[in-house]
Amino acid sequence: MSAPVLTISNLTAHYGDFQALFGVDLTLEQGQALAVIGANGAGKSTLMRAITGILPSPRDAITLNGRAIGHLSAPEVLEAGISMVPEGRKLFPSLSVEENLLIGAHARTGNGYWTLERLYDLFPILRERRHNPGTALSGGQQQMVAIGRALMSNPTVLLCDEISLGLAPVVIRDIYATFPKIRESGASVIVVEQDIGQALRIADHVCCMMEGRITLSGAPTDLSRDAIHNAYFGVSA
Amino acid sequence: MIWVDTIVQGVLLGGLYALFAAGLSLVFGIMRLVNLAHGDLIVLAAFVILTMAGALGLHPFVAVLIAAPVMFAVGWLLQTYVLNRVLGDDILPPLLVTFGLSVVIQNGLLEGFSADSQKLSAGPIEAASIKLGPIAVGVMPLLTLVSAIVVIFALNQLFYRTKLGRAFRATSDDAVTAGLMGIRPRNVFAIATGIAMVVATIAALYLGIRANFDPTIGPARLIYAFQAVIIGGLGSLWGTLAGGIVIGVAQGLGAAINPEWQILAGHIAFVLVLLIRPRGLFPRAND
Ligand SMILES: Nc1ncnc2c1ncn2[C@@H]1O[C@H](COP(=O)(O)OP(=O)(O)OP(=O)(O)O)[C@@H](O)[C@H]1O
Ligand SMILES: [Mg+2]
Repeated sequence: MSAPVLTISNLTAHYGDFQALFGVDLTLEQGQALAVIGANGAGKSTLMRAITGILPSPRDAITLNGRAIGHLSAPEVLEAGISMVPEGRKLFPSLSVEENLLIGAHARTGNGYWTLERLYDLFPILRERRHNPGTALSGGQQQMVAIGRALMSNPTVLLCDEISLGLAPVVIRDIYATFPKIRESGASVIVVEQDIGQALRIADHVCCMMEGRITLSGAPTDLSRDAIHNAYFGVSA
Repeated sequence: MIWVDTIVQGVLLGGLYALFAAGLSLVFGIMRLVNLAHGDLIVLAAFVILTMAGALGLHPFVAVLIAAPVMFAVGWLLQTYVLNRVLGDDILPPLLVTFGLSVVIQNGLLEGFSADSQKLSAGPIEAASIKLGPIAVGVMPLLTLVSAIVVIFALNQLFYRTKLGRAFRATSDDAVTAGLMGIRPRNVFAIATGIAMVVATIAALYLGIRANFDPTIGPARLIYAFQAVIIGGLGSLWGTLAGGIVIGVAQGLGAAINPEWQILAGHIAFVLVLLIRPRGLFPRAND
């Protein structure tokens, strides 16, 4: 029996008058890798923005290790132990690769598992490119920087929003191949994907989102292709 | 020879303009805020130095050490309680607010200190000069230029070599993503404006020793600062120094031809540089 690290209950989110999330419930167990899948506009990124405090949420809608964090701002959520690889990577163009990694540790106070050295061992190409501007790298390398930057805070929970977006299949495979090591560091992980293949390979649990709601939830092995297809597109395959 | 002398004096004057402009450049570079009250804040700093020097019987060079932290606090409070509230996608509100602030500072100073002109007295050093080859150079103007170089060097080190500078650059790139790194953009902005006010205080020291000042001279200093920043290229600190020197030299040459042309020559140089290089001499790549 593992205790939930992150609990989301009855979470709603709005952009002005537009409601993007309708009562989302979700639990992330200690050490778990959870895949959140769903089509374009399903609300996956909105869910990530709500968890990280970019979008405001009710105080008790999100708890981290029993602590209500829904009302916290983005820097406070980071300090509480949740970091994110944002959709589109969002590297800082004015910073070198190494500075992009270091800024991930901006709020860090103590020591922890992740150091520059450990990240360079995880993604050796970044050691060679450490002094390049972050945005001068290939898409896959930029994604590695974005993941490394998020790890530098030694998160309890790592959120990854569409890391496969715009990358070649072999690059996606290489990046996902590092996830076992990332999980060994103690982080529980949520990966958001439209591209189901890779995400399902590393996930212990899957949630499918459609139009702001979770429509299906279960272990990847328990869910039939048809069920996922249904929940994803809202029609029978 | 007279021309060499004129150019050297112009370069030295450019140091003062660069000091006027460095704080403006820093704040613009980090938060894309054009502070229309910057000139008045320099004048405010000059009055703070004057008051400290008078009340405590201090030399201006010592009084500035007390005035600088006071002005840092002024900048921090101004950003936290006023400017952070109006910063956003729309550039108009901060312009209006800083314009209003300019008027408020001028009237506050007129109320407190009257319209009389004041001067910071630095003693014999004001008249001292040293020979550089055939040219006699005033010690104060030389000190002004050296200070400008030191200030800009220090700001660059801060920007590119420190954790705070990294946070400045990241916040300037993308404040939302910076928040995901645990950076609080509003705090970063408050510190930046505090630092800009420390630089303004150094500018005020040399302004007040060089010539008379009164509560109304801020807007003209703002114009020189603006021109220096824009000539140099928005957001580039060394560019700002170069911009200050361009205006200083142009004013010197203008004045050498006809004393009435001093100010006009600076403005003409500004327009010429912009015609040739619309984004300034050293534009930042990603603006
Ligand atoms: N800033 C915004 N303002 C208004 N509406 C938004 C905003 N961002 C997203 N939305 C809307 O909210 C809904 C959910 O968007 P969201 O970005 O969360 O989807 P997503 O599942 O991440 O999609 P994708 O796979 O394309 O990234 C969509 O209908 C979208 O149009
Ligand atoms: Mg998305």
